[in-house]
Amino acid sequence: MATNAPKKDVVIVGLGWTGSILAMELCEEGLEVLALERGDDRDTVPDFKYPEVADELKYGVRYGFMQKPRNSTLTVRRTLEETALPYRMLGSFLPGDGVGGAGIHWNGHNWRPMVEELRLRSYVEESFGADIIPEDMTIQDWGVDYDELEPYFDRFEKVAGIAGQAGNINGKIVEGGNPFEAPRSGDFPMPPLPQTVDAMMFADAARKMGYHPFPRPAANASQAYTNPYGMQLGPCNFCGFCERFGCLNYSKSSPQTCVLAALKRKSNFSYKVNSEVLKVELAPDGKTATGVTYVTAEGEEVFQPADLVILAAYQLHNVHLMLLSGIGQPYDPATGEGVTGKNYAYQMNGGTSLFFKDIEFNPFVGAGSNGMVIDDFAINQIDFGKEGFIGGSYISSGTTNGQPIRSMRLPPGTPSWGTAWKQATKEWYGHSMSIGSHGSNMAYRDTYLDLDPTYKDRHGRPLMRMTFNWKPNDIRMTQFMKTKIEPIAESMSPDIMQSSYKSEGAMYDVRPYQTTHNVGGAIMGTDPKTSALNRYLQSWDVHNVFVMGATAFPQNLQYNPTGMVGGLAYWSANAIRKDYLPNPRPLV
Amino acid sequence: MKTLLKIIGLLVLLGLVAVAAIAFVPIRATPPQGQVAADFKPAEGQGEYAMRLADCAACHTAEGGKPFAGGRPIESPFGTIWSTNITPDPETGIGGYTLDEFRHVLYDGVRRDGAHLYPAMPYENYRMASEEDVRALYDYFMNGVEPVKSEVKKTALDFPFNQRWGIRVWDWVGLASPGFKPRYNNPVLNRGAYIVETLGHCGACHSPRTPIFAQDGTDGTSDGFLRGGEIAGWSAPDLRGAKSAPQLWSASQLKAYLASGRNNHSAVTGEMSLVVQDSLQYLTNEDLDAVVAYLRHIGDGDGGKEELPASGEKPAPDATTALLNSADPSMDLGPRLYLDNCGACHFTNGKGADGVFPELDGNSLVTADQVTGLLHVILNGSRLPSTRERPADLAMPGFGKRLSDEEVAALATFLRGAWSNKAGPVDTATVAANRSGS
Repeated sequence: MATNAPKKDVVIVGLGWTGSILAMELCEEGLEVLALERGDDRDTVPDFKYPEVADELKYGVRYGFMQKPRNSTLTVRRTLEETALPYRMLGSFLPGDGVGGAGIHWNGHNWRPMVEELRLRSYVEESFGADIIPEDMTIQDWGVDYDELEPYFDRFEKVAGIAGQAGNINGKIVEGGNPFEAPRSGDFPMPPLPQTVDAMMFADAARKMGYHPFPRPAANASQAYTNPYGMQLGPCNFCGFCERFGCLNYSKSSPQTCVLAALKRKSNFSYKVNSEVLKVELAPDGKTATGVTYVTAEGEEVFQPADLVILAAYQLHNVHLMLLSGIGQPYDPATGEGVTGKNYAYQMNGGTSLFFKDIEFNPFVGAGSNGMVIDDFAINQIDFGKEGFIGGSYISSGTTNGQPIRSMRLPPGTPSWGTAWKQATKEWYGHSMSIGSHGSNMAYRDTYLDLDPTYKDRHGRPLMRMTFNWKPNDIRMTQFMKTKIEPIAESMSPDIMQSSYKSEGAMYDVRPYQTTHNVGGAIMGTDPKTSALNRYLQSWDVHNVFVMGATAFPQNLQYNPTGMVGGLAYWSANAIRKDYLPNPRPLV
Repeated sequence: MKTLLKIIGLLVLLGLVAVAAIAFVPIRATPPQGQVAADFKPAEGQGEYAMRLADCAACHTAEGGKPFAGGRPIESPFGTIWSTNITPDPETGIGGYTLDEFRHVLYDGVRRDGAHLYPAMPYENYRMASEEDVRALYDYFMNGVEPVKSEVKKTALDFPFNQRWGIRVWDWVGLASPGFKPRYNNPVLNRGAYIVETLGHCGACHSPRTPIFAQDGTDGTSDGFLRGGEIAGWSAPDLRGAKSAPQLWSASQLKAYLASGRNNHSAVTGEMSLVVQDSLQYLTNEDLDAVVAYLRHIGDGDGGKEELPASGEKPAPDATTALLNSADPSMDLGPRLYLDNCGACHFTNGKGADGVFPELDGNSLVTADQVTGLLHVILNGSRLPSTRERPADLAMPGFGKRLSDEEVAALATFLRGAWSNKAGPVDTATVAANRSGS
């Protein structure tokens, strides 16, 4: 039997990027805000302090900052016919754990979407005809346009302190930036990071081929910076411990470096750690939520009443909570009806490694967001009708680290152990680089999330089931990128080259790490029949529940999701503050 | 130790001579300083603001304790003094104090029961405060603070310092006359002087002590005032010398340091962190400007200029920077340790990063005669207070677990002689002593 906690105005599930942003914004309205975080508390010192955090085995290999599957996982299958099995060892994706969430362990690639990506179905239909969209592809418009979101992207970039080079300011193309990007209202808050030699070699080669290289927009500070909350970043020192690690140097944008200390000063904010929300409780008519039930570290169940419930957990957990709580009709792939769980998507990436006997890359000098990029094969640059797929990629190169266990790139054919491995390691460490493609992933009738019929979690709740596989459209896209990257690589005359792109018939494999860009499942849109959330991230059915994060993506962007997630959080927060709070109701 | 013996000797001698006087002359309470209407009622927030100026919380709120309930240990050269409960609880706090009794404490350091307070309570400075501020403070502590029933540890110093009557003699010799007298034609300077000299009690740490351990001057007319003191083994740096930070920094940088504990040069450490946390961050813009103007006015230099934005050209590296940039594996232990442990934030030029990573070149903590502060920060790290303007409580981790005493000594010695720093070496024994004491 759950005990009742004193009522709050707002309860926020999860204290990562979106949880801390929403808490900040809603505290400014004078509301009493409580955030419930199921993991531990984390702060730069002591949790990310030098030298302890620079421990590849503990954090890079053994996932010190990630969720433990024994505490929280899901089941996975690739087709409707397969039986899903639990994801018992982390591999393909790595949801974060604790205060700061995945915001502490990302590399910091911070992108805005393209104008066309936010109205993808309309763009494809208008430009290439509806008949090029495969029958089972369920892509949608987002219900919100780039121009509407622009001020909120700008806001997030200023809070997060993004370093970069603008390519398009109010329609004016700026030399050195991305000429294909959507128009920005202003420059980045910080100049771009300096670049490592691999990135510069790639940029030179790309430039010679007529492409348009630009520095990757980075949530790694290039100089001392103070954000609008007064929070501070120090210049990144290229220590090479970024992804999977908390930043030891106050250089990587995270809830810790950009929001939390300012938030904690607010007397109307409080948070509890080791408090896992089990369910959003609904009123008898199902039209509003009354609060959430959570379980403490001691196993005590507590009902936390609140007027407003913000789901700000990781994408997968937001959807899981909605399914468990009965928010929105569960999606059924047989009929295509229902919305909760619909349109799960991932990210389609590939890459080519280049080995140079005579070049010292010093890979231990690296930053998570170091690198040069071309967007010449972005979504808005490809003739989908001609190429036979829908999607696009950015192509980039840059060293993030030279860690000895996972970043020991060796030529093809090298044994993975023994004398020959040692010899090759000696010969090739620091003599390679890579060029990667980071691409979109469309959503399909049978890529979705629902409750597993068999497996339960430690609280006795059904696990969520993921049904996901690679599709021919996206494989054609990545193969197309291969044909663009390899000529660039060849023009650089490496001694050895090795490509890795998914090819026809590739099935989804949860074992190797791919990316933690899981999206969709409670998508935003304009029609309650085809989306779980309206354009303000408000549940169509339960109007005092707002759902943050990549959960809302109808299909995946070609970019890393955080910039979009941050922009949407500020967009939604603004709608709550200006429109919802004065008159709580469905906003659409 | 010698100084201590001298002080003891002097105190005992003075004590003997004055025994008769003490026995027969009654204690006199200093009267109100300035006219305030009998029905004076402080404006909303005035009392709390005066409390912020006087930084009562720094001593009277224990770490993790209830506000003003006392119990914080104050390390003095004579032993540990425990701060008292100054909440309005009638039994364990000051709830029973009349205004006159309250003033008697602030001005004369004498409790209601007639006992003398140790001058850890800065009545040397508070006795200059205006009657209006005293009234506002009284109103705040009687009506604006939650009463807390809490007995705190009794201060029990060793003989002869447990003989509180001796303080009376000390008061006769050591105390300046009460009341603040404006000295300038400029109201800003007068306001700055008032804050610094009276409630702000900056001199309590930043002025040197005389042989009888009184502040060597309590206002800007004294040469010794704010020329640098010591607290709990840490240097409280000189604030007036031409080479002192407040005189080298620009006005805006000095203001940023006071308001937020950090600026483009330095970051607050040690006891000064509490001053920023509990007092200075709450000062109004006008009062901060006044403090800055006054500190610059009484300095020996002309006051630092605003820095111009750096031009594109980098200056040629000095010898230390060149050595560090060379990354020569054969370099001495000190610079090598710097590269391995410090350079990532403070950089090879020792300039750090504005507002985030302090400069070590020219840093008064690094070059202080007393090395306790420097060693404490290396061994244990340091955390900035969260302030309104700069909420991030940025922290440097401690390196005590990672570095041996020999290594810390080599590193500290390197830092004290690196770039333009010219301070003497630190030996291993000193590090060992500081490690065990920390």
